Amino acid sequence: MPDTPQRLAGLGVSQGRAAGPVVRMAGPPSLPAPRPVADRDAEAASVARALEAVAADLTKRAGAADGEAAEILEALAMIADDPMLREDAEKRARDGLDAAHALDAAFAGHRDALAGLGGYLAERAADLDDLRHRAVAHALDLPMPGLPAPGHPYVLVAEDLSPADTAGLGPDVLALVTERGGPTSHTAILARGRGLPAVVACAGVTGVPDGTVVAVDGVTGEISVGITAEEAERIVALDRAERARLAASEGPGRTADGHPVKLLLNIGSAADLVPGAEGVGLFRTEFLFLDRKQPPSFEEQVAAYAEVLARSPDVIVRTLDAGTDKPLPFLGLPDEPNPALGLRGLRVDRVVDGVLDTQLEAIARAAESTGTQAWVMAPMVTTVEEASEFARRARAKGIARVGLMIEVPAAALRARLLLREVDFLSIGTNDLAQYTFAADRQHPALADLLDPRQPALLQLIAMCAEAGAEAGKPVGVCGEAAGDPRLAPLLVGLGVTSLSMAPVSVPAVREELAGVTLEECRARARAALA
Amino acid sequence: MARRTVAVASASGLHARPAKLFVQAAMGVPAAVTIRAGDKAVPAKSMLGVLSLGAVHGTEVTLEADGPGAEESLDTLAALLARDLDAEDSSHA
Repeated sequence: MPDTPQRLAGLGVSQGRAAGPVVRMAGPPSLPAPRPVADRDAEAASVARALEAVAADLTKRAGAADGEAAEILEALAMIADDPMLREDAEKRARDGLDAAHALDAAFAGHRDALAGLGGYLAERAADLDDLRHRAVAHALDLPMPGLPAPGHPYVLVAEDLSPADTAGLGPDVLALVTERGGPTSHTAILARGRGLPAVVACAGVTGVPDGTVVAVDGVTGEISVGITAEEAERIVALDRAERARLAASEGPGRTADGHPVKLLLNIGSAADLVPGAEGVGLFRTEFLFLDRKQPPSFEEQVAAYAEVLARSPDVIVRTLDAGTDKPLPFLGLPDEPNPALGLRGLRVDRVVDGVLDTQLEAIARAAESTGTQAWVMAPMVTTVEEASEFARRARAKGIARVGLMIEVPAAALRARLLLREVDFLSIGTNDLAQYTFAADRQHPALADLLDPRQPALLQLIAMCAEAGAEAGKPVGVCGEAAGDPRLAPLLVGLGVTSLSMAPVSVPAVREELAGVTLEECRARARAALA
Repeated sequence: MARRTVAVASASGLHARPAKLFVQAAMGVPAAVTIRAGDKAVPAKSMLGVLSLGAVHGTEVTLEADGPGAEESLDTLAALLARDLDAEDSSHA
């Protein structure tokens, strides 16, 4: 280890600082070509050692867990310890397979047997896959796959994280650092939701050995490798003080010179609401429709919308944003070769009758029953004709304020004309970046193109904001960029009137804006566009 | 060869927690016990084997063992199968 800490640079995607030992998460091991075996008994012995190590690791983790999690881990340990499985794998090694292939073959046999029994046992087949990965990794001397559970707080380092991985994150995780991923990856969104510092697209981080103490800066994206314990303590204390400062932050969004910028929430249901916000800038309604063979009834929708409308001022409800990119069973849409460019958002209404009209009516009824005004916007609007038709249908149902999401460059280019048809615009920077730069949001190698500071993206945002200022109508941002305290002044400088973000991001954005004047924001915007 | 035939009493059958408790108990008895459902017989100490029997609530299973401690081993395991292990609190397991 060098005396001065080594620095790695990534993309900071979730604010906050943390310091602690690295624990790496490995992916499933891939089997190398079979290796000729000289000593078959030694190979059988490594088979047994691999299974014992897996069982011991699971038993240790079971001891640290409780309740159902502990029971599941104990049961897994017993399978790894299973005499039939071990004898089978040892026999294959004695017949001439190397340890990794002997284990792989033995697990495959039992896995298929369980899968063939169906039901509960078929589900256990996935457990066997997990155990197989662990045992094979041990035999190949690779790190154990799956979320680590070292039993102490740690900085989780991974190639990338899947939604399943991130759902299982325990309280021991201090920060997330991934080798790949971009600003709109699952890692980034999850980390912001949890208030965990996170850095993505950090080249070289998976080469840092387990146990190395690192500092993570979720704002600058810098990782300091091999810092001292004293330095780590200092960083943890600084982060704690910063969080305390933010926790005390309150009030409406303002620049240092008093220019108002509404700070709104992105929510999925009433459960996400937090007190003190100025409203909801994006109420995603998809949750009501998930896992449904039939759409939710009119009454069920009214109740869900009314719950949010009654509890928050100024709520912008987004109509169903699903399609072939986010399939919902009841829509019955066929697979498409290119879902991001296919039937999604408002476009679904071209082929599925009734869903949009029922939803608009339910929102209007919910507003009426709660004595509030309904603001409604449509996702994936592309042309002025689509905007005009959506506005007509929404107003016919009694929606007071009709708006559009700007996610398609074609719509941004026509912002001035769109604002003749509707009352407000809300810019979805994630999709607008994806479509402007022809770069898949999840593509690990294209993170730089999805950087919200890209001048072409900023220019489209500026066009929308200028059109809004001319028309005297609000233009907000509800993409991930809105919750980034470094970008908030820039967006305000471009003329954006509201920022809508994950509830956890509001205090840092509020404090950041309070420290800059409107003229400083504009200067940053001019510099970024130059 | 000593034998006991019992109907599985646990509500979820010989899966999940009941299977785990059964296999743990089998590891703790002196005799090497075999458990049979229909024409399939597996070692009682094998979690995968026991799961693969697919025994549900009410399935009749036969326990077999030979040699020293066979009778008491079978008594212990048969008594366990005759209880509804799902209904018992895990802290008493």
